[in-house]
Amino acid sequence: MTTTITTTPTVPTPRRIDPAAAVARTTSHSSLRETWTETMAMAWRALKKMRRKPEQFFDVLIQPLLFTAMFAFIFGGAISGSVADYLPVLIPGILAQTALTVCMATGVQLREDMDKGVFDRFKSLPIARIAPLAGPMIADLIRYGIASVLTLVTGLAIGYRPGGGVLGCIGGVLLTVFAGWSLAWIFTWLGTMARSAQSVQGISMMIMFPLTFLSNAFVPAETLPGWLEAFVKVNPVSHVVSAVRDLFNHGAVTAEVGWAVVGCAVVVAVFAPLAVRSYSRKM
Amino acid sequence: MADLSAVRADGLVKDFGDFRAVDGIDLHVRQGEIFGVLGPNGAGKTTTLRMLATLLPIDGGHAEIFGVDVRREPHRIRQLVGVTGQYASVDEDLTARENLWLFARLQGLTSTRAKSIAGDLLERFGLQEAADRPLSQFSGGMRRRLDLASSLITHPPLIFLDEPTTGLDPRTRGQMWDTIRELVTDGSTILLTTQYLDEADQLADRVAVIDRGRKVAEDTPDALKTQVGESTLQLSLVDGSDTALAAGVVRRLLGEDPVLTPESGRMNVPLPDPNRAADVLIGLREAGLGISSVSVAKPTLDEVFLALTGHGADDEPQMEAAR
Repeated sequence: MTTTITTTPTVPTPRRIDPAAAVARTTSHSSLRETWTETMAMAWRALKKMRRKPEQFFDVLIQPLLFTAMFAFIFGGAISGSVADYLPVLIPGILAQTALTVCMATGVQLREDMDKGVFDRFKSLPIARIAPLAGPMIADLIRYGIASVLTLVTGLAIGYRPGGGVLGCIGGVLLTVFAGWSLAWIFTWLGTMARSAQSVQGISMMIMFPLTFLSNAFVPAETLPGWLEAFVKVNPVSHVVSAVRDLFNHGAVTAEVGWAVVGCAVVVAVFAPLAVRSYSRKM
Repeated sequence: MADLSAVRADGLVKDFGDFRAVDGIDLHVRQGEIFGVLGPNGAGKTTTLRMLATLLPIDGGHAEIFGVDVRREPHRIRQLVGVTGQYASVDEDLTARENLWLFARLQGLTSTRAKSIAGDLLERFGLQEAADRPLSQFSGGMRRRLDLASSLITHPPLIFLDEPTTGLDPRTRGQMWDTIRELVTDGSTILLTTQYLDEADQLADRVAVIDRGRKVAEDTPDALKTQVGESTLQLSLVDGSDTALAAGVVRRLLGEDPVLTPESGRMNVPLPDPNRAADVLIGLREAGLGISSVSVAKPTLDEVFLALTGHGADDEPQMEAAR
């Protein structure tokens, strides 16, 4: 086979837009790599917004400080006999509660954001539909991190001495961050479904309070009436709390840790596709 | 395939509950032209555009952009169309530069490339000085320019402009028009909506007039205007009861009926030639009919509407196109 080199004279076309070439360049969907880039760009946007609106950090700063101290001194004596004995029970509980509060804010903020004009542009761009949802959630990892570390530090300041050591604590914080991120998909889904930010707030409260208080976060499940104990035992928050307790207090990777991770993975597997579908439909 | 249409939409339908916002609209936009969609608030202009831009699901009919099916291949359509919204769709919490960088990144440009494109666009749209200021300090015109710049990052072959100058002052409006004209010289096709006949007149090669979700006319701006006369003579009679007599005079002189307005003794006379205004005035004086005020005006959208639909643009039900 002979190759003949045909030199086409280069026609000086000054930035002339050629629709046929543009159509030929199009792709039918975002590749995995493109999706990742798009998600990170959206995460960058969320981080910028966080830096400009520090009041967003109010919940992750105040709640760990206030609730840890308040609950420890009020309930400590009644539930565990002393504040020091209560702290190993309480700290993981507060962690879970704080993580859920951050989750709730994720849903509310997404809803507020989606009502803005810029979301029209995001929808009109050829980007993966999951990017505008997943981006802010990646930025939120920082919020979960701050909230977890702050709770732990407050605990240490009022006398908590975790038996699990440094590694146990790191493990516990990591698990909390992962659990918070996973559960946030539920609230993100709510955010894409609800009509307004206020309704997201309302519904989220109704979900968050039973999930935290009807768990073993603040009291041992054995002290509850049988029917309630049954619910508390299947509540995923209970598993996360137990797992974090095992890590913090004993540095042990127990079956509870396994269940917590599996439970969170299931939540993501169910609610992430639901959220993306509901978001794509909204348009 | 030698199909030279940029947009080919047939029988587009959109329902919002019981309300049919778009009722079988056909649009054929040729490559390289500026096509205007003219109509009052709530006529279905924005809804039509949003369907074509994949921002709203199409409830009926068929639409193709450069031969790509809008309903079946939304991701491809999004790569071909740049959308500039009625309200600036840029991020209020970011600076102009950050906005452009983000949109460029989202469209697959590397960080460095995104930075240089953002710089170029800021310069081209005269926004360098304000580039790093918060958007809250931006005027309406600056926002629109940033919004338009954001749509041009990847040089899309088709650009949608939804009421690009609504709410802008006359000077800013003129600048926006110049910018829009430049886009076409780059080879882009433009589909714009507007409420203003003069905007369509200034910019568009062809215009579709939309009323209550239907297309009532499609033509060049010149042809549309001649349907209502090149200009209009607006008359007020001293005595409202003389209206019928005056109408008779006009009919005799121009062979056409004047359009009576709701106010007593007022009428608009379509003039094929502005010089005929004098004939009408002389005719009225000879008939002994007193005139309290007189002016010659270009036809307004309202008159085009009146001529095309038999009702004014203002009688529209104020159903703002739901988003």
